[in-house]
Amino acid sequence: MALFIAVEVSPAVANDAELVKKLVEVCPVNIFAAGTGGGVQIVEKNLDECTLCELCLDVGAPGSVRVKRLYGDKEVLERRA
Amino acid sequence: MRFYEYESKRLFGKHGVPLPTGSKVAHTPQEASAIAAEIAGPVVLKSQVLTGGRMKAGGVLFSDNPAAAAAAAKKILALTINGHTPRGVLVEARAPIAQEYYVGVTWDGVARLPVMICSDMGGIDIEEVAETHPQHIAKRNFSTLLPFSDFMAKELIASLNISGSDLNRLAQITAGLARIFITYGLTLAEINPLAKLADGRFVCLDGHVDMEDDARDSQKAILKELGIDPEEKRQARPPTDFEIKGVAVDAGDHRGVAGNVVEFDGDLGLVIGAGGGSLTLFDAIRKHGGRPANYCEIGGNPSVTKTCELTKLILSKPGVKKIAVMMNVVSNTRVDIVARGVIKGVIESGHKPSEKIAIFRIPGSWETEGFKILKHYGVEYCDRTVSMYEAAGRAVAKMRVG
Repeated sequence: MALFIAVEVSPAVANDAELVKKLVEVCPVNIFAAGTGGGVQIVEKNLDECTLCELCLDVGAPGSVRVKRLYGDKEVLERRA
Repeated sequence: MRFYEYESKRLFGKHGVPLPTGSKVAHTPQEASAIAAEIAGPVVLKSQVLTGGRMKAGGVLFSDNPAAAAAAAKKILALTINGHTPRGVLVEARAPIAQEYYVGVTWDGVARLPVMICSDMGGIDIEEVAETHPQHIAKRNFSTLLPFSDFMAKELIASLNISGSDLNRLAQITAGLARIFITYGLTLAEINPLAKLADGRFVCLDGHVDMEDDARDSQKAILKELGIDPEEKRQARPPTDFEIKGVAVDAGDHRGVAGNVVEFDGDLGLVIGAGGGSLTLFDAIRKHGGRPANYCEIGGNPSVTKTCELTKLILSKPGVKKIAVMMNVVSNTRVDIVARGVIKGVIESGHKPSEKIAIFRIPGSWETEGFKILKHYGVEYCDRTVSMYEAAGRAVAKMRVG
């Protein structure tokens, strides 16, 4: 179970095969995978490897991908409009 | 990487250093007998192990005929010395010795150059000669770019008041040794003793070669020629199960280094790194009276998983009460990623990070983020205003408190 990072993806991105493909491509530590039904799958075991690079935030509309720190000030990272 | 004596001698012999007659390795008593028969005279048989103390342990025997050589080889091959089983038995002619010398080349860390050392008192530790008879030692640094000439060798040897044909013969061997040192990326090339026989010839009675590990790739050809497997690891002792597991952790993920483990018998696990910083930290722990359970390197930005697995390994060692995570200031390793890995490892081992981590002292990249994580889990941490020595002291003090 992830101790440090959580990721949320809005349904608009999670169910768009093209955007899912982009998410899989940009993440350097393989947090995203394409699910069997074409949707996105969060790879739980890789969540704590997140480097906070924010590349995933630029996939889709602002706020559609959110990276949460589970420690400290628990700041949420998301693309602003 | 240390060479066996027979390998060192093959290397020396290839470059004209005179060896005793025979000088072949036997793997069975029958082979030893055959080599002794070829030599047709008194022989010495020496266990081929990568450890010292052979003579005292009975790993060096003498015999006068092939049958006695076979019996001696049988004894030596069955003998384990300091945990090392022999690779074979080196069989050489035994000739009357008139005088013993020492010649060696190694690195001078202060001058940052190779240094050639000669002495007319061979056969004993050169360190002992340096302490008790410094006037019998001559030293000279030399360039890695310019060849160590016969003339330079002559100057050096002449400073020991050696002259005549002895000077010429010794100079040739000495200059040759310097060239071998440079050519093959060695960290030590030593002949001790270099014997002058009663008939005036010089022969290398014992040799010691260490090759820089990083030179192994560029020296594949000579290693192959000497019969050294490129994958062969040469260590002072066989790795423990714990150390083998450390290597497996490192091999399990290509990112960074986490798992270069050497095991000791203390109670403080060390996750340390940053080049010379890890050695400094290890020494600082000892200086403060701490007892390291291991020397365990980390660096080059290992993944969270890799650091986590390493931490779990360290905590699995019986007797480890706490771990200290310490590095010099780092730019190539993210502090927050290491903090995550260590904390995860501690938690997955069933412990509280605040209790198991004695100190976390890694200043550098992403340290603010790392410190947030450590604070969240109640781990004592410090930044670069606390020296490595002081951090080590804090870790040791915490071990005393419990």
